[in-house]
This record gives sequence, C-alpha cells and structure tokens, in this order.
Amino acid sequence: MARRGTPEINAGSMADIAFLLLIFFLVTTTMDVDTGISRKLPEKQDPNIVPPVLKEKNVFEVNVNRNDEILVEGDTYMKVNDLRAAAIKFIDNGGGTAESLQKDKLTPCTWCGGDKDPASSDHPKKAIISLQSDRGTSYAMYISVQNELVGAYTDLRNKYANKKYGKDFKDLSRAEQKIIKTDIYPQIISEAEPTK
Amino acid sequence: MSKFQKKKKEMPAVNTASLPDIVFMLLFFFMVTTVMRETDLKIKKPALPKADQVKKLEKKSLVSYIYVGKSKDDTPGDKIQLNDRISNVNDVPNFIFIERRKHSEDEIPLLTTSIKADMKANVGTISDIKQQLREVNALKINYSTLKGSAFDNVK
Repeated sequence: MARRGTPEINAGSMADIAFLLLIFFLVTTTMDVDTGISRKLPEKQDPNIVPPVLKEKNVFEVNVNRNDEILVEGDTYMKVNDLRAAAIKFIDNGGGTAESLQKDKLTPCTWCGGDKDPASSDHPKKAIISLQSDRGTSYAMYISVQNELVGAYTDLRNKYANKKYGKDFKDLSRAEQKIIKTDIYPQIISEAEPTK
Repeated sequence: MSKFQKKKKEMPAVNTASLPDIVFMLLFFFMVTTVMRETDLKIKKPALPKADQVKKLEKKSLVSYIYVGKSKDDTPGDKIQLNDRISNVNDVPNFIFIERRKHSEDEIPLLTTSIKADMKANVGTISDIKQQLREVNALKINYSTLKGSAFDNVK
C-alpha cells in the first residue's frame, strides 16, 4: 500500500483572515488619551477645628453667581478673559516687608514681579485664591474659571522657571519642579461650598 | 528583430510571502492597544468643556469614571451615571468602594475619579459628588475636558 503524506493545509487565505482582523481592530481602536484638569479635594475636616484667621488682603475672592457672572474681591465685575491677569497680579504682588513676614518665617519675595502694593498679597506662599460658586452656575463657566486660576499659576511658574533655569516648568526635573511647587509659587486655591 | 525579442523579458513578481507576517505584526499591535468601551452611556453623551491647563490621565486602570449629563428623554435635572446605570449621588461612596476592591491596598491612594460632566450641568450636582467623594477619602479627581481655549465655553 502506498503511504500518502498528509496533504498540506492551504495557507494562502491566512493573509486575508489577518487583514480582516486587522481592519476590525483598526476601526475599533481609540488612541485618544483622556485629558482634564486635575485637582485634589481637601480632606474631610474635623468640625471642631477653628479655621485659621486670614488677612483679607491675602485672599483673592472670586464669586461666580447663577448667571455665570464673575465678581472679584467683592467689588469688581470681570469677564473670564481678564481673570488670569488679575490673579497673576494678586499672587505676584509680594508686598510683605521683612518685619511683617518674620512671624511666618518667610523672607520678602525677591522673585515677585508685582507692584509690591501693601494692600494686596504679602507673599505667594500666603496668597490664597478663594473660589465661591453658586449651585446654579454652569459647569462650563466653572471649568473656565478653574482653568484661568490654574493658568495663572502655570504662567507664573513658567516665568520663574525660564528666568532661573532657562526652560519651561514642565521641562524641569522633578526636584526642580518640587522646589517651585512648594517654595516659590504654591498653588493655593480654596473652594467654598457653593451658595444655594 | 532579434533585438526586440531579447527585450521581452518578464518582470519578476514581487515576493509576497512576507505579507502575512507584516499584517500579523500590525494586527498584534492594534489588538494590544485597543481599548474596548466598557460602559454604555445611559445618559446623553456629555459635551465636555474645553480647557488648556490639562493633564493627561496616565494609567487608565486606576481611573474610575462618573458621567454627569441630561437623560436621554430630556427630563429636567442632571443625571449621574456610575458604571452602567443611572444612579443617585448617595450611591457614589458605594461605587468608590467597589472600584477600590478591584485594586491592591497600595494602589488605593493613586486611584483617580474622572468626572465627565456636560457643559450645561450645574455646579451643585458636581459639588454634591465632590462632597460624597470627600466622605470616602477619594480625593484625587480630574475634571475631564477637551483641549482648547477655555473662553470658547462661555459665549
């Protein structure tokens, strides 16, 4: 009896099958990465803790009402487009003198490019941005305001990084970023409970 | 005449034997990078606001999503979707606990909650969610946005 070898499987259509699968995965692939504004929520507070007393000049108050209008420092009506410049002016003011900052173990802000107005913030480490919105404020407006406030810090950090290291903030090493984040321009944005 | 006949040599066919290999390579690449959508949206697809101070969400496995938007039949009020059903704000802590159970102990502080909310949603809804997240110490959040100018949001 003649032994016949097993017939070979025709692999010619393999490429077609692979192509079919390839096209399927090509179509279903989503390459986009999720982006967004990252924030850290404050930890739950002990109700008995008395909040520290802040000087009013060190607080930059931003109010957004239910008609999406912005009120800054309780008296200036502002458009979103101007918010960033106003925030930068406030943070970068650095109006504190050596004596007034001594009890907080700070030295006057030498890197600040602001007006040194004694009626505005003393030091970037003491400058607090307080954001109060209404429950009826639209999310779009809320994000725009958040974006501008975070943007103010980004601009200042970039300016400092360019002056000191000749690079943008995001191109610096972790250690250099950390110095700027904690000692030069710490981001202090406090959010109050929205008004009803 | 003989000169013409000499020129009549046929072009050799391109060897296509390695074509399946190339295709397979591409196939595996796309198979590995594909992320299938895990959740169906039960609410209307949120129109995300735009912002330019954005960060990329690095590790997708560490992110849980909360969707906020209008319901499909246009009933007024914001609806919150956790996983694949429309839920109440009070379900948020439970949702976080379920998400945490999927991860090991040391990954828990790294877990991020991404809020995908519609531009027209109310800050009140978002703030309720944030309050619930604070209750269970899920403090890392990310407001999901598209890249663009923030001034386009308000016109």
